[in-house]
Amino acid sequence: MTLDPSPSQTVGPFFAFGLPFDGGGDVVPPGTAGAISLHGTVRDGAGAPVPDALLEFWQAGPDGRIAARAGSLVRDGRSFTGFARVPTDRSGDYVIRTLRPGPVAGSAEAPHLAVTVFARGLLHHLFTRVYFPNHTEANAADPLLSALPEERAATLMAIPDGWFGGPGYRFDVRLQGPGETVFLDLISEAGAVR
Amino acid sequence: MSPAPPERGRSEQDEVTDAIREAALVAPQRGGHPDRAYAPYRSTALRSPSQPLVVAPASLLEQTAPVFGAKDVAATDADLTVHSTGEPLGERIVVTGRVLDRDGRPVRNQLVEVWQANASGRYAHDGDRHPAPLDPHFTGGGRCLTDDDGRYRFVTIKPGAYPWRNHHNAWRPAHIHFSLFGTAFTQRLVTQMYFPGDQLFALDPIFSSVTDEKAQQRLIARYDHDTTVAEWALGYQWDIVLDGPGATPPDPDEV
Ligand SMILES: [Fe+3]
Repeated sequence: MTLDPSPSQTVGPFFAFGLPFDGGGDVVPPGTAGAISLHGTVRDGAGAPVPDALLEFWQAGPDGRIAARAGSLVRDGRSFTGFARVPTDRSGDYVIRTLRPGPVAGSAEAPHLAVTVFARGLLHHLFTRVYFPNHTEANAADPLLSALPEERAATLMAIPDGWFGGPGYRFDVRLQGPGETVFLDLISEAGAVR
Repeated sequence: MSPAPPERGRSEQDEVTDAIREAALVAPQRGGHPDRAYAPYRSTALRSPSQPLVVAPASLLEQTAPVFGAKDVAATDADLTVHSTGEPLGERIVVTGRVLDRDGRPVRNQLVEVWQANASGRYAHDGDRHPAPLDPHFTGGGRCLTDDDGRYRFVTIKPGAYPWRNHHNAWRPAHIHFSLFGTAFTQRLVTQMYFPGDQLFALDPIFSSVTDEKAQQRLIARYDHDTTVAEWALGYQWDIVLDGPGATPPDPDEV
């Protein structure tokens, strides 16, 4: 039996009381050893900030383990669930606090965060990935990064920068136009799932 | 010779409706999903990628999904009518259905989130400028987990239609926004549930962005008298099918 999927529709502008939750960007609590901020701006085809986007992040822990643990919406302050959800603010900016992922055993890909982008004006979400520049060898061997022209691969790389004095990375999302982020049509065994 | 039809009197809505018809004539959409660049919905113009998506195998990470459980969701989160000290105004409804993967298997114990306007078509959101009344007893956000059968169930108020700024005299058909997870990150879905028989469907660029008629039908709930609760609430059934298969661990022989 193969059922036809339910079509996607835009998240719209008014998701504020349905989707964001307190501490949505705090994958780890403040003061956690090794915590990084990952932050950036979502921009449209004219380079204008997108103040009504929503980003979700899914990742392995520093040990490369993928959590199968409830408690992302109501965090207990000690369990690593690997999931973050943040809306952009008035300036199109977002920030999460997390730990850098380690290599997932058996994975051909370099350590990365899986990202979903939703926005008003976006009829179907977009998938992308955040990679980290310090995994030089793993990145060079990554099937996606190595298949992309250099300037396109660069759109998936977090850029180290100090943020509030702590370790931080910048990852901007450009929906369209110059420097457009690489968005993915992810294939699993049963075919394309976009 | 008959005179050319008068240009005067054609409304902006007429032009959008024409554009909707034209867009429906282009190639069928994969999986029934809308194209991201869809001219009748004007905000897509600058927010849809101009480069083709890059095809990539889902990583092991992307073949898994976050897990949600009883600690994430309170029992009252599924009843949007009890979040205040008083009863919200409007028509009380029950909305229920199953979340399935494409193989028809239930998506168990996964998070379903909803948000919607109140009975007057107004969102409890600062950005909503529609001059319709707010309801002090209705916020419009809800959550639940699917059960072992993949079933979700919400008690809420039937939302009203509302105007938006896409074009002059643009109105959204009544809808409830839904957010769903599967067992793989790639199954993520955000969509909208509509009510049967709405006269606004053909005029609405967001509903019509799904051009295939059968796919459109998959966005519309069905009135179900067995779901209706006597003396209390009308019932609607709406099943949701997520893209892709459920995550299955890779076969060791194939790795
Ligand atoms: Fe809406």
